[in-house]
Amino acid sequence: MDNSTPKITKESKNKIKVEFDRTPLKERLKAKFLNFYFFQTVVIKIFRFIFLLGIAYIVLFPFFSKIAGSFMAPEDFIDVTVRLVPKNFTLDIYKAIWTDLDYVEALINTTLISLLLALLQTFTCCVIAYGLAKYKFKGNGLIFMLVMVTMIIPHKTLQSSMSMNFTYFDIANILSTLSGGTIVDIDFFGLFQFTLDSPLSILNLPENSINLKNTIWPFIILSVTGLAFKNGLYIFMLRQFFRGIPDSLEESAYIDGSGDFRTFLQIILPMSVPMMITVFLFSFCWQWTDTFYTSMFFTNMKEAPMMLSQIIGIPKSLDTEYAGQTLYETAIRNTCGIMIIAPLVVLYVFLQRYLVEGIERSGLTAE
Amino acid sequence: MTEQTVQSKAVKAPKKRKIASLDKRKARVGWVFVLPFLIGFILVYLPMLFDSFKLAFSDMTTLTGGGVEFEYIGFENFRYALFTDAGFIQTLISGLGQLVFEVPAILLFSLFMAILLNQKMVGRAAFRAIFFLPVVLSTGIMESIEAGNILGSYMGETSGIDDGSGSSAASEIVSAMDFETLFSNMKVGTELVEYVVQIINDIYAIVNRSGVQMLIFLAGLQSISPAIYEACKIDGATGWETFWKITFPMISPMILVNAVYTIIDSFTTESNTVMSYIESAPATMPSNGTEISTAMSWMYFLIVVVILAAVAGIMSMFVFYQRKD
Repeated sequence: MDNSTPKITKESKNKIKVEFDRTPLKERLKAKFLNFYFFQTVVIKIFRFIFLLGIAYIVLFPFFSKIAGSFMAPEDFIDVTVRLVPKNFTLDIYKAIWTDLDYVEALINTTLISLLLALLQTFTCCVIAYGLAKYKFKGNGLIFMLVMVTMIIPHKTLQSSMSMNFTYFDIANILSTLSGGTIVDIDFFGLFQFTLDSPLSILNLPENSINLKNTIWPFIILSVTGLAFKNGLYIFMLRQFFRGIPDSLEESAYIDGSGDFRTFLQIILPMSVPMMITVFLFSFCWQWTDTFYTSMFFTNMKEAPMMLSQIIGIPKSLDTEYAGQTLYETAIRNTCGIMIIAPLVVLYVFLQRYLVEGIERSGLTAE
Repeated sequence: MTEQTVQSKAVKAPKKRKIASLDKRKARVGWVFVLPFLIGFILVYLPMLFDSFKLAFSDMTTLTGGGVEFEYIGFENFRYALFTDAGFIQTLISGLGQLVFEVPAILLFSLFMAILLNQKMVGRAAFRAIFFLPVVLSTGIMESIEAGNILGSYMGETSGIDDGSGSSAASEIVSAMDFETLFSNMKVGTELVEYVVQIINDIYAIVNRSGVQMLIFLAGLQSISPAIYEACKIDGATGWETFWKITFPMISPMILVNAVYTIIDSFTTESNTVMSYIESAPATMPSNGTEISTAMSWMYFLIVVVILAAVAGIMSMFVFYQRKD
């Protein structure tokens, strides 16, 4: 048989079978696998995989240990031979938390509130970020700076004044003016007045203000105005995303007679769904696990809705007075944690691919 | 409501006078878009900021009928925090030291992980999902549970029977001794050894807190055109060279963003020592606890703003921006 011209054995419409002399299999395998380059890539791949496994273990271990502890019976905590695998498997802790700690009520409340606030925050941040990204006006840079400022100033700094402002809530004294009370000037630039030692008492009119504590209005007000937890980050991310959308899209919509708001609602928002899901996931999860705002605004357990972050405690039906008390109580608290984040894990499993996708598509660049 | 009124204005305007130019009209619409933030900032945020600022300079008394009154006492609260209170300065210095240690560690780690997770490999999606898990889960309530979690370290002990030494070596993946013996032959200086050992021991905290940074780096890596890498490969550049000549300059704006974010994040986080000291101040101070803690947090904030400005200023000199077009 001639080497240079392969012989055609069978020919059909789509396939062709050709016979030719190939290098023997052994030779080919040798050439492919027994060289330095292949060896190097294999070693790198193995090391990379082991390293990633190790880091994954570090991330997941706290969850494993919590889950393992949650199934243990009290006697397992004094048994030194029991580590990660429970000997006496039991669901007592789960049952006790479910029945004693208002878990179901808290779950429903938290779900509704987090959903509402996350949707509000996502939409508001989209609107603000779109305005900052696509419209040039005097003060655009300044407003972006202010957004960054709200992110940089820790909300702890504002904790006491935030708490006071929502206890005696009265935007710009509208309420006290309406009710004919004293018009006290909230003059932000009246710092001189202040340093002249005049007793400024801007908040001593409780009868003309509303107490918004123990309602969800403080959350809604902060969310609608883009001032809630980490909203600066969302606005930054969305702004970068909207900047990546070509202007010609809006221009063609404008030529076709679509107004700015219609373009935003019907063209821009639908195409930025992955990014919005990312922001939604962040705001939902962070609202869900939030303790700072919840403990600040929901002070009265009887009036305020019960939230998941407030249910952590030791159920009365569990007897913890024994030798392994500290470990057992820690395990109970951990189980509370598991039950709090379990719905989030389910949500995360479904939405996590958008997390990377949304950010990948954003073309996030710092400018 | 507001949208409608502005639109109707825009329609009415031409009847009276000349038509507003497109730029002006767009500027007006732009203001409408940022209006929610502007209203909130002026009506809600600024008063809070102002009150907080005022609180730091005042002596607050709660009135019997409800409501509070401020009395101006000058820099008294600041003076107390700085000179009378024993712990604040110390906590501040050690907290800032912690910041200097953590920020580079988190940046390096997240850049490294982002580059790894950007490569094609088996199980990439699963690894990504696992590494971003702490971003959504390990905040707020979980952070506070984790702080009091003694069970994790108890379970991590590998020795089945307690040997009575009482050392919980679970959080230390590799013991510091191993590293010190390893590095002592390498003549790299004890500071570096200590730094590496500290990173290894804090790996859990670092992994937990570099999720957002990883995402931002990953986005940055994705935005680098593959054509550049291809050209490099054709020209015969090695992976090492490609990293330093292409990836690093192209990712440098992201490094700046992440440095700023990490500084903000690590000084506002609840586990920060200064933050928890300030938080506990109202309970521990003899009088005026709230006011003093507000004064402290203002000072802390100013210091971090200065650091932030310095870091951003220095880093932005080295940042490479790709010219578009």
